[in-house]
Amino acid sequence: MSLLAVRDLHVHLGEAHVLQGIEFDVPEGGVTALLGRNGVGKTTTLRALMGLVGRRGSVRLADEEIVSTPTHRIVRRGVGYVPEDREVFAGLTVDENLRLAERDGAARYELVYDLFPELKQRGKQRAGTLSGGQQQMLAIARALLNDNRVLLVDEPTKGLAPALVTEVADALARVSELTTVLLVEQNLGVVQRVANGAIVLDTGRVVHVGPAKELLANTEMVHRMLGVGHA
Amino acid sequence: MSTFVLLTVTGLGLGALYFLIASGLSLIYGLMGVLNFAHGAFITVGAYSMWFTESKLGGVAVLPRFLIGALVGLVLGGVFAALVELVLIRPLYGRHVDQVLVTVGLGLATTALVTAIWGNDARPVPAPSWLGNTTHLAGANIPNDRFVLILAAIAVLAGLTAFLRRTRYGLIIRAGVENRAMVTALGIDVRRAFTLVFAIGGVAAALAGVLGNVYFATVDPNQGTSLLIFAFIVVVIGGLGSLRGTAVAAVVVGLVQQYANYYASSGLGDLSVVLLLGLVLLARPRGLSGSLA
Repeated sequence: MSLLAVRDLHVHLGEAHVLQGIEFDVPEGGVTALLGRNGVGKTTTLRALMGLVGRRGSVRLADEEIVSTPTHRIVRRGVGYVPEDREVFAGLTVDENLRLAERDGAARYELVYDLFPELKQRGKQRAGTLSGGQQQMLAIARALLNDNRVLLVDEPTKGLAPALVTEVADALARVSELTTVLLVEQNLGVVQRVANGAIVLDTGRVVHVGPAKELLANTEMVHRMLGVGHA
Repeated sequence: MSTFVLLTVTGLGLGALYFLIASGLSLIYGLMGVLNFAHGAFITVGAYSMWFTESKLGGVAVLPRFLIGALVGLVLGGVFAALVELVLIRPLYGRHVDQVLVTVGLGLATTALVTAIWGNDARPVPAPSWLGNTTHLAGANIPNDRFVLILAAIAVLAGLTAFLRRTRYGLIIRAGVENRAMVTALGIDVRRAFTLVFAIGGVAAALAGVLGNVYFATVDPNQGTSLLIFAFIVVVIGGLGSLRGTAVAAVVVGLVQQYANYYASSGLGDLSVVLLLGLVLLARPRGLSGSLA
């Protein structure tokens, strides 16, 4: 049984029919990559799963329907969200950002500080003054603090320097040992390294589902579906 | 010199009233994106609850009567504001224009209802005589109520700041002002914080109503609305969603109004405040400050 089962999911944003009945499954464990060119609806898919945009259809989390559940309840059922552009609270300190994310008494600070020791040292610093890489660590840490069933992670390496991309990929690899991850990622090197399965979107529809390695090995498919020459 | 001192302290006192109203407006707008035109109704509920309670306690000595009246005003102001959020604002969640319209309607209806029941005339509100006495300060005789206004505003500012910095709900509100959607995406039901800021804003506005009763010595149906106009100007000058900016702007507006009324010509105070608003908007379109607390 899949952890997350999406059926006939539609999203309209204003006049645009952004998601046109997408269907896919996310199996328990490991990283499933959600791929596609810019503007095909990858971020909207994650936002729809989180209930941050209006949506129709069916989303089942561990066989429970969540398509009309409010965002905060979806999260409490064990869905962690690491949004595009991090969305850390710039005016709050690192400690406060983490404290806000605590959902119960069992916040996993040891795990978070073990993965990202810098966050402990910079606890009193305002999140807005962190570098892009540090903000990304904080955004991931916020989602890791709770024992989630699945993390939705949106372009964690976007705009980061190559050294930091490796660091974030390392972190994702370790995270995926603990929990299931649905990952939107443009950097195919990172996908190659961490992803098991791949789902490809094109203009609001799913056009391919299969093992990530198989997809990335097929230059013709990568070029046709992702619009890049080589991985 | 003595006139200047009197004008300054009076200006600060008025600024204190504006701050009490504007702090709630600013928090509500910052968190929910709702310009709450019903805020004048919270002032009116506070002011009239106090007057009504006092009028029913004829046999009681002045001080306990005054304090009981003030307490009833604060409690009913807070309860009324929380009910407004739960009953009128919440069902319109996500429909900002409708939310604003419903607050405009409630503001107008409250004034009309109060006028219909108790008439348009100003009613005297009894207060301990000490509040009407003066204290000698730097050559000026200053009415004691001015000091009470200023101290109340400082206490509210300190209390709100501590609440925002030290409590979990304060943390949720500060984060929500920055990015409400992300707060819900951390598993937090941000709507509870909405009700809370309305209740806090309602108590602060009701306090302004109670202290307005002291400052003006009377209550009338339009008092809330006229105070609200200046509070809006304060909020815009101070930067929407910023408590510290609101406090600074309230002091500036109160002082400018008093000085202009005396040194330029009577009635010019209100105009000069509007002028100040225009200048600030030209120079700093987002207001004096951008951050909360």
